[in-house]
Amino acid sequence: MRYSAFSLFRETLNKHRGWKPTWRDATPKSTYDVIIIGGGGHGLATAYYLAKEHGLTNIAVLEKGWLGSGNIGRNTTIIRSNYLLPGNQAFYELSMKLWEGLEQELNYNAMVSQRGVLNLFHSDGQRDTYARRANSMRLHGVHSALLDADEVRRMVPILGFEEARFPIKGGLWQARGGTARHDAVAWGYAHAADMRGVDIVQNCQVTGFLREGGRVVGVETSRGKIRARKVGMSVAGSSSRVAAMADLRLPIESQVLQAFVSEGIKPKIPCVVTYGAGHFYISQSDKGGLVFGGDLDGYNSYAQRGNLPTVEHVLEAGMSMMPSIGRVRMLRSWGGIMDMTMDGSPIIDRTPVEGLYLNGGWCYGGFKATPAAGWCFAHLIARNEPHPSAAAMRLDRFATGHILNENGRGAQPNLH
Amino acid sequence: MRIDCPHCGSRDIQEFVYRGDASVSRPDPDGEDALKHFVDAVHLRTNPAGFHSEHWYHSGGCRSWVTVVRDTLTHEIESVGFANEEIDR
Repeated sequence: MRYSAFSLFRETLNKHRGWKPTWRDATPKSTYDVIIIGGGGHGLATAYYLAKEHGLTNIAVLEKGWLGSGNIGRNTTIIRSNYLLPGNQAFYELSMKLWEGLEQELNYNAMVSQRGVLNLFHSDGQRDTYARRANSMRLHGVHSALLDADEVRRMVPILGFEEARFPIKGGLWQARGGTARHDAVAWGYAHAADMRGVDIVQNCQVTGFLREGGRVVGVETSRGKIRARKVGMSVAGSSSRVAAMADLRLPIESQVLQAFVSEGIKPKIPCVVTYGAGHFYISQSDKGGLVFGGDLDGYNSYAQRGNLPTVEHVLEAGMSMMPSIGRVRMLRSWGGIMDMTMDGSPIIDRTPVEGLYLNGGWCYGGFKATPAAGWCFAHLIARNEPHPSAAAMRLDRFATGHILNENGRGAQPNLH
Repeated sequence: MRIDCPHCGSRDIQEFVYRGDASVSRPDPDGEDALKHFVDAVHLRTNPAGFHSEHWYHSGGCRSWVTVVRDTLTHEIESVGFANEEIDR
């Protein structure tokens, strides 16, 4: 079913009785060309681009729960391409460009809102750091601007400019960044992939790999054996668990990251704002709720819930950046499991096991990467060679020293 | 989460610093393939969903290093011991 103003008008006259499910709840076939493990944003995007860009038709996405039940529904919905390192910036800019045309591409309203991303700085040293990042962005053809304190004040007057310890001196501004409706991204890719014949199989947990002569030739699942020429893992948060079934150990620790939303208030925050003196980022949803987050809890966890000290820590940073947030009541908080890699950057690569491909290690940054991760992972699977924009995201970079460490904190996953 | 420090008793995790997987040991620098073993020891992790043996440093207390066996699915702590002593599992 295609969505349009006409279909909305027609269904309005029909009292909305004619809408159909936007994707089929497929029953798995015995054989596919490609199986993608993980029915989140990345897995669905990969399946969609495999079908659209690489002409494959016999594709399945296997999801152990319901579609979009993992981190695609648990993030803080921020999209941006304001990275420093060449290996990252080109990739995230590809993602940004795909975001800009996403809704027309998928025929689905993902509420992509380019409201801008503002990174605050509070000292001369931090200004220099952001100037360097702004220049790096421009060297990659991405617009950036360095704002002074008055410009920031005009944009977001509610911030705590007179904070004695961390006065706001200005900010790094990417006008093309913003937010998107996270669930609708998964639903949109599912809609578009389904239209191209991709089988989306829910409640189908992968329990092992079928191997012949060292090569992966399919998967064992809770719904039987399914064979495939190639298998892609797109299960960030649980990459180590799935990879362990193929006897692989990954440079990843799974850790919990919490996010929060407040009660709805009048429009106060027109863009995404990140704090420079603590780890805190905030935006305001279209419903009016303040959506924010901060540091990881900082220890290995698969529990999808965090502890109170981190809640306190995040809210302290929020109070310091924006004192008036103290009068707003918090509505909900939740946790998601992050694949924290040893250098804070993701992995899109072949694995040492023939026929098995890995897309994981997304740390905090998986949501904004959804379109490009799908694009590049599909390219890798279809052509068996990395996409130029993701060529640096190698699995073996820790052994060769070509790490992508944006903030230079070493092989400590809980510091990235 | 609270950790039952063998020296100080039950304390909030805010007093502790997480120092990661305790099963990682330093390879023999003179052994065969020492470089590969060091690369693996620094980067690769088993990352289990279930019981995980891990180091915590009691920076806000007695400054001991403790080895905690904790379920990563529930955050339930099974045992705590000084890191320089063998702990029973």
